[in-house]
Amino acid sequence: MIRKFWQRIRPGHGSVIAIPYLWLLLFFLIPFIIVLKISFAEMQLAMPPFTDLTEYAEERLQFNVNLGNYLYLLTDDLYVSSYFASLKIAFISTVLCLLIGYPMAYAIARSSPAVRTGLLMLIVLPSWTSFLIRVYAWIGILKNNGLINNALMAMGIIDEPLHILHTNFAVYIGIVYAYLPFMILPLYANLVKLDYSLLEAASDLGARPWKTFLTVTLPLTKAGIIAGSMLVFIPAVGEFVIPELLGGPETLMIGKVLWQEFFNNRDWPVASAVAIVMLLLLVVPMVLFHHYQNKELE
Amino acid sequence: MNAIPDAGKPATKANYVQIRNVTKVFDDVYAVDDVSLDISQGEIFALLGSSGCGKSTLLRMLAGFEAPTSGSIFIDGVDMSSIPPYRRPVNMMFQSYALFPHMTVEQNVAFGLKQEGVPRRLIADRVQQLLKLVRMQPYARRKPDSLSGGQRQRVALARSLVKQPKLLLLDEPMAALDKKLREQMQLELVDIIESVGVTCVMVTHDQHEAMTMANRIGVMDEGRILQIGTPTEIYEMPNCRFTAGFVGSVNLFEGRVVEDEPGYVVIQSEDLPQKLYIDHGITGTMDMQVWVAVRPEKILVRRQRPESEYNWLQGKVRDIAYFGSHSIYHVALPGGRVVMAHVSNQQRDCEDCPTWEDEVFLSWEGNSGVVLTR
Repeated sequence: MIRKFWQRIRPGHGSVIAIPYLWLLLFFLIPFIIVLKISFAEMQLAMPPFTDLTEYAEERLQFNVNLGNYLYLLTDDLYVSSYFASLKIAFISTVLCLLIGYPMAYAIARSSPAVRTGLLMLIVLPSWTSFLIRVYAWIGILKNNGLINNALMAMGIIDEPLHILHTNFAVYIGIVYAYLPFMILPLYANLVKLDYSLLEAASDLGARPWKTFLTVTLPLTKAGIIAGSMLVFIPAVGEFVIPELLGGPETLMIGKVLWQEFFNNRDWPVASAVAIVMLLLLVVPMVLFHHYQNKELE
Repeated sequence: MNAIPDAGKPATKANYVQIRNVTKVFDDVYAVDDVSLDISQGEIFALLGSSGCGKSTLLRMLAGFEAPTSGSIFIDGVDMSSIPPYRRPVNMMFQSYALFPHMTVEQNVAFGLKQEGVPRRLIADRVQQLLKLVRMQPYARRKPDSLSGGQRQRVALARSLVKQPKLLLLDEPMAALDKKLREQMQLELVDIIESVGVTCVMVTHDQHEAMTMANRIGVMDEGRILQIGTPTEIYEMPNCRFTAGFVGSVNLFEGRVVEDEPGYVVIQSEDLPQKLYIDHGITGTMDMQVWVAVRPEKILVRRQRPESEYNWLQGKVRDIAYFGSHSIYHVALPGGRVVMAHVSNQQRDCEDCPTWEDEVFLSWEGNSGVVLTR
């Protein structure tokens, strides 16, 4: 039986796969369990700033599982509306990335191989600079006496500076700017493999260009659309740097709330509960989606 | 445009498809160079040539994927210049078949009708009818991925016939099939196309395919059509060295005209001791340079010296390529050049057949050779 097991996992393959899994176990699963643990604890003014889940006294082992943090999230309006606001901002940003990224990916995939390399390079190039610096740079562009306002005023289009920085609009600009490459690259990978003769065949059979796009191109690039959307949506939901730097007082995002809970209120248990709920909000729909997609394929 | 006399007139059966002085230039390269061609209704016309000869470009211009640099194309009397591919009465079977992988066989065939807004019931009937025609009914719900090469081809054919196009285009129809299946599908395809009665232009680099399937063949090289004719005409009466060499194998003898009569010509070749006699006249002058083409199967291999004054050679058997039904003898002449001759293997083991290093005589009849002037 052991031999059979050994053959099944194939030790050669096994060791290759084991390293990344070990990595994930160490740096994802274990921290996750710690956070989960803290989310069921109570805050206390000590080091660490939360109570233990287990207590041993007078020959009794007691488990103190505190659900209060989760219930607290429901009672305070701030958390629920932050979650919704985050999902909304992430969703709109994803749609914007898709609308901007799809035509770009299409154009890159259809360009000649020599040009293509250069265009792809331009997509990846900005990520050679620090993410933080790139977001910071947007402050200089968007602020009241920044690049855009100065240019518009110099041209006489506007008399007073537009208030862009520290609004939700600036957050959208920041997220779309920062995550666009993550949309374009999977779409490009999908589109470049698309057999062009399929589009010609659709045209030959009487489909107008728009109809060809809807009935052939779009369904055949579904995988790229899903992959790109996930890569934008998931990090955008928990985004902290962009709303912090570009957003204003009205910008409610769960990443910001999380930060405040940890560093301003020093309420680790509530902050952990916020993080766990955010994770569930992302993971549960994804698992369901995956499940139904697999069913559809069968 | 005015220089085209019969363009734009109502099409007759003979000029159902008219290609008029069509030229296509890609970056200063003439892919198609001033091609004019009439295709009659209901015929299967093959454009034959090696890759890069412009045949595919010509086909793509008929489909509308490329616009001619100059010249025009008429289908059933209608100028196609300003008509995009999705409004042309033309359907194409692609080399890779280009079946939509995310649709079933049924949906693939129905696609063209759906674009026209045909009522759903009629679509279903018509699709069934087509699937029956190509014997693919049992596979209606399958996706293209799960079909064999031959089945995919039949689906592609059904899809390109479903709209009853005025012109069917076949782009290298057999390129994706293995040899055995190819021979079977060639005849099957012709049967289906003829039963539907659609006019068909096909593109191929395979002379056997063109000769098996087409009523007429246009041989193309470097963007030009060199010769148009029935398979027999192309093979037996090639009009130039390229056609003679491209379609089948051929022995070419270079020489000069020494006797030019209306009924025959005699040609003297420098590297051959005997003169060549051909029983057809030519339009040429005395002493002009010509080539005489003789097909290997027209040449007789014997040990005895022929009695005729013309059309024979003496040489040594250098190689015998055995093909089962026949063998090809490579006979080296004293000057060193090699002449090919077919010998059919009628007997299982032929004892007095010439073999390696034997001295043999090659001879042929006066009506076997063709004089080529270019």
